[in-house]
Amino acid sequence: MPKLIIDGAEIEVENGITLIQACEQAGVEIPRFCYHERLSIAGNCRMCLVEVKGMPKPIASCALGVNDLRPGPNGELPEIHTKSPTVKKAREGVMEFLLINHPLDCPICDQGGECDLQDQAMAYGVDGSRFTENKRAVEDKNIGPLIKTIMTRCIHCTRCVRFMTEVAGVEELGLAGRGEDAEITTYLERGMMSEMSGNVIDLCPVGALTSKPYAFAARPWELRKTESIDVMDAMGANIRVDTRGREVMRILPRNHDDINEEWISDKSRFIWDGLRTQRLDQPLIRVRGKLRPASWDEAFGAIARKLKRTKGARIAALAGDLAGAEEMFALKDLMKRLGSPNIDCRQDGAAINPARGRGGYLFNSGLGGIDEADALLLIGCNPRAEATVLNARIRRRWRTRQLKVGLIGREADLSYRYDYIGAGPQSLADVASGKHAFAKVLKSAKRPMLILGAAALAHTGGGAVMTLAARLAGMTGMVSGTWNGFNVLHHAASRVAGLDMGFLPAAGGLDTQAILKNAKAGKLDAVFLLGADEIDMTSLGSAFVIYQGTHGDAGAHRADVILPGAAYTEKSAIYVNTEGRPQMTGQAAFPPGDAREDWSIIRALSAVLGKTLDWDTLSEVRGAIFAAHPHLALIDEVVPDENFDLNKLSRGPSRFGKQPFRRAVDQFYLTNPIARASAIMGELSAMMADETSGATGTDG
Amino acid sequence: MSVRRLDPIQPENFQFSAANLKWAKAQVKKYPPGKQASAVIPLLWRAQEQHDGWLPEPALRAVAEMLDMAYIRVYEVATFYTMYNLSPVGKYFVQLCGTTPCWLRGADDLKEVCRHVIGEQNQVTEDGMLSWLEVECLGACTNAPMVQINKDYFEDLDAKGFEKLLTDLREGREVKPGPQNGRQFSCPEGGATTLLNGSAPSVAKRVTKTKAKGKPQRGGK
Repeated sequence: MPKLIIDGAEIEVENGITLIQACEQAGVEIPRFCYHERLSIAGNCRMCLVEVKGMPKPIASCALGVNDLRPGPNGELPEIHTKSPTVKKAREGVMEFLLINHPLDCPICDQGGECDLQDQAMAYGVDGSRFTENKRAVEDKNIGPLIKTIMTRCIHCTRCVRFMTEVAGVEELGLAGRGEDAEITTYLERGMMSEMSGNVIDLCPVGALTSKPYAFAARPWELRKTESIDVMDAMGANIRVDTRGREVMRILPRNHDDINEEWISDKSRFIWDGLRTQRLDQPLIRVRGKLRPASWDEAFGAIARKLKRTKGARIAALAGDLAGAEEMFALKDLMKRLGSPNIDCRQDGAAINPARGRGGYLFNSGLGGIDEADALLLIGCNPRAEATVLNARIRRRWRTRQLKVGLIGREADLSYRYDYIGAGPQSLADVASGKHAFAKVLKSAKRPMLILGAAALAHTGGGAVMTLAARLAGMTGMVSGTWNGFNVLHHAASRVAGLDMGFLPAAGGLDTQAILKNAKAGKLDAVFLLGADEIDMTSLGSAFVIYQGTHGDAGAHRADVILPGAAYTEKSAIYVNTEGRPQMTGQAAFPPGDAREDWSIIRALSAVLGKTLDWDTLSEVRGAIFAAHPHLALIDEVVPDENFDLNKLSRGPSRFGKQPFRRAVDQFYLTNPIARASAIMGELSAMMADETSGATGTDG
Repeated sequence: MSVRRLDPIQPENFQFSAANLKWAKAQVKKYPPGKQASAVIPLLWRAQEQHDGWLPEPALRAVAEMLDMAYIRVYEVATFYTMYNLSPVGKYFVQLCGTTPCWLRGADDLKEVCRHVIGEQNQVTEDGMLSWLEVECLGACTNAPMVQINKDYFEDLDAKGFEKLLTDLREGREVKPGPQNGRQFSCPEGGATTLLNGSAPSVAKRVTKTKAKGKPQRGGK
């Protein structure tokens, strides 16, 4: 391990890192623009110059490996100076050059206040400019509805180009021209067709790429920042919700190395306009076919009148994809007290049997496990649509050439190459029986992995698919020692918490399909939808529908009583991601109007129904949840399934149909009620539809 | 230099001729599999030669598809290198060197001629015969001032001779590339000035020696 002296202090660092990283480890801050630790090294901004003893000129520290440093003539350790007059002068020079063509429009720039160039010009620049010529001006480019470009501000760091090419896997941005005339652009100014493109806004160290929907909306210092968790998919990306007053102004990613690193999908980032529109902000009751506003008491009264004369067995409850653990726990408790066994949190009817162990529905290797895997079989899964940021991780591993990927299901552009095996369960059976060549790839791999997607489990033969997958995992040695490559990728944020807490049919209870079937046949009198919008509402027949949720979506249109709840930014709730990692959202804003936090609505309703639940505050609810399910108390910790048993999983049903797996996510931008209320998502969805009609988009 | 953009008027499509396609495939084969993108520069150059000296947008796409590259990657290359013309050029494309040695020897006069005979830079004459562009040093400083017309250098120019040269080209008369003032290559103007008595032993010997070995002497008669 190389030793070096940085600013007089000796430090030993790991092999293979660059000088800028070594300086960081030594606690020295090095200014930079083009260098980003998750992207390749460009070395073109020259801001990170340092002085290395013995070298005639300052050195770009981002592009020099510590192993390349030479000792002095008598074997002295390499000496690096980051605060010497040479370095100061070099930085001032670089900064002056960078500012030559940078406009002085900070007062009208959205990056103002959180601008790397602004900050570093203050810290490392000089107070004036000697430049008296004309500044250059660059035409703005249209690169889609999300990213606003003011290209005159661009300093050509090429972070955006590298991000799109390397991480997002969409080679659409490039640096055209050269020298002073260089410009960042897309080919013929096409919009970028990527569901991760919003990240270039964060990456841009200046105000060249800013958020179009957020343009001129707020200044960073006016915003209250709340750390939270994203619920657009089941990855549980860490986010920061920025609010001003009651309104969510924007959503940014937070770093979490094991989940989203520092990226989020465009859906997670730009969902906020959906939080403002189509909101349910007061209780509503259907009177003679029309919904009319009501008070909470009236709404609860209407529900009580109905439920009090209904037998428990004729009531059912479904939890939607965005429900937090607290409200599911409360609703489960209430349904139990009402004597109803008919509850389910699997809106899509996924064939998951928690009785066979928690490991049967978790992403057991952990999302970070992908970085170690060397063979991956995707089953009924399009990670690009179902867990965008996870897809970037698979792509990164694939780019190292150490990962072979196979796919069973719908063919799609995943941003990496894969062996296409087949469309349905039969292909999986072929691999599991060793007939297909990919079985060999899995067998010879040291750390093979499979990912069962939502579409595979929701398949009519989902139980058999699970069985086959478990057999395949056993046959190819996917579970051995500390390695567990048997993974389920959920798409609904609420799902794992629901399964963990047993929000599932009790003995003799009905599951989702049975609830819908019975409701249609008139065998159910009341159905409680906890934000459940992804079911076929016409199947609910003439049942009395209570809808508790946030948006006037499918469920609300069908409902007889609507109870307005809080969206994920408006409550503190626990969500368990697909790995089984409990995480807590933060309350960034208040629910609109009369809307309330969801658990408290159910608590209040229980009192009106005469089945009062045992707790009154959020901490009491959590106490009850943690007492019943201790692992949920370990926020941000993954508790692996100790008793994981492939044999148990492989002894399930074995009959599967011939139909191919369908898509779990049909329209990436419209997967939940918030997204469907968002104008931005609508626009993106339309753009995507235009693109896919040419058969080149993600849905291929 | 200025911002380089694709021409607003573009042909519908572009296809390599059979001969060029064969040549292009041979170029691609020079590189190991997976590294075929290395052939982008020669392929674009051949496309430009085939397409009357400029690169149309469909050619960028054709090359990108042939090399399995993203369009934007080819676009970056085409806009970076100034020898790719992104707009139509004349049948005779004059690249006029304006760098210091040529400039000191009268490149400004030549530019004036261009403006007078052809028009502004990057404009093609109405008959489609001529267009011109000021470029950086073409490496013929000994024979300054000079221009490159298509693949030939025309050196030691003066305004009058250059104007005649352009007119000759336009009217289809034959022209002679190289120095235009009677000078032989980059030998001294007006003939040799040294070694006139033929008694410089060492050099002369060596020359004879090499001659004896049958190696052709450049410029010697």
